[in-house]
Amino acid sequence: MFAGFDFGILWANAPFLWNGILLTLQLTALAVTGGLLLGVVLAVMRLSSVKPLAWAVEGYVNFLRSMPLILVIFWFYTLVPKLTGRPVSGFYSVLIAFIMFEAAYYSEIIRAGISSVRRGQISAAMALGLTRLQAMRYVILPQALRNMTPVLLTQSIVMLQDTSLVYVVGLRDFLTSADIVASRDNRPTELYMFVALVFLVVCFSASRLVNRLRRRYAL
Amino acid sequence: MIELKNVSKWYGPFRVLDDCTMGIAKGEVVVICGPSGSGKSTLIKCINGLEPFKLGTITVDGVSVGDRATNLPKLRSRIGMVFQNFELFPHMTAVENIVLAQQKVLGRDRASAEAKAQVLLERMGLAEHGAKYPAQLSGGQQQRVAIARALAMQPDVMLFDEPTSALDPETIGEVLAVMKALADEGMTMMVVTHEMDFAKRVADWVVVFDHGRVIEQGPPKQIFEAPLVARTRDFLSHLGWHGESTAEAEHATRSAKGA
Repeated sequence: MFAGFDFGILWANAPFLWNGILLTLQLTALAVTGGLLLGVVLAVMRLSSVKPLAWAVEGYVNFLRSMPLILVIFWFYTLVPKLTGRPVSGFYSVLIAFIMFEAAYYSEIIRAGISSVRRGQISAAMALGLTRLQAMRYVILPQALRNMTPVLLTQSIVMLQDTSLVYVVGLRDFLTSADIVASRDNRPTELYMFVALVFLVVCFSASRLVNRLRRRYAL
Repeated sequence: MIELKNVSKWYGPFRVLDDCTMGIAKGEVVVICGPSGSGKSTLIKCINGLEPFKLGTITVDGVSVGDRATNLPKLRSRIGMVFQNFELFPHMTAVENIVLAQQKVLGRDRASAEAKAQVLLERMGLAEHGAKYPAQLSGGQQQRVAIARALAMQPDVMLFDEPTSALDPETIGEVLAVMKALADEGMTMMVVTHEMDFAKRVADWVVVFDHGRVIEQGPPKQIFEAPLVARTRDFLSHLGWHGESTAEAEHATRSAKGA
């Protein structure tokens, strides 16, 4: 079936492709972590009783969610150096763009998760003398995060796949690296099959890992 | 201990609390009863500031609840509260539920907080269940853990918001027994309940509530044997109170015939 294919090309370009995989995984890990942290903050602000705070976040989320990710990446690439007054590497501008963009999506998921926790829970926590923030931290968020892990995982996998957009600022993520090899050596089929396989393995392991974490911390 | 003066509260145009005045002295047990939706739960939640109110004053041990300068978390840590739906934290074991606020609010170390939890669980007859999650406990057991969780803070007063309404009939007794024991030890308690037997045996003072108003209050003897307000009698017979109120009714019928 694979007659005429030359999978040796993968081996020959292994270091180059490996660097691509590393960049993709690194970017995903940092963006998911940063996006989640910022997402929690945004979600809590959105649910705050301080109306201007909630409105500001609502505006932020609606604005970013209506933009294509690639546009956001372009912006940060041109905007961040202008704001800071010095050149910023492609990696960091892209990372900031991803974190800001993902945080908008995560915050909506987290907000829904927080709202899914029974209202009485926060009353019970506060009746014990916990402050609103403590109640959030120890009582509401742990329950909310558990309810929303499947959706958060899906969003993070989308994020992993979106890292391929960084080619627009000249970074070589996994897909871009594979594409470079594919067109240079004219071996697109082998390379794209390999890319698909790696994405499959990464996503599958990630969902297995999350399921195991869920089981370990489940009720 | 707790003093409510002319407390009123609105939900939009709807007046949930209408000029409520009552009080509770140290060591007293006050039972608040009345039809569902009459505002009893809202009233009790105003006392620890979980619900805001519009007019009037509530003071707990001299501290004004409605005052913006009041440190509500600190005040709440001195007021134990037990909810209709238990509201145990489902992601924590019974012991962890009891330990959390002891550590985060009172600053106790883990070991002494756990020791305290164990003592309280034993008192509740739940010594064996400390490592269980709420979902593994029956309703009556969960409610007793919730009482232990509140008692761990060594509160000056305990508020109970329909503590047995969500329970199976067979487990109501075990929760009421724990509450009676608490009252016998001299705990100051304010209890919203439909359990009229409990009110009659344990309460020092009974408040009858309807449509957000106190329609009658007095010692249980007055409320159950000689209510001053007809609405109180209606409410009690509605709950199936066939003690003195039946005799009262017969008496009333007889005198009506005689007249």
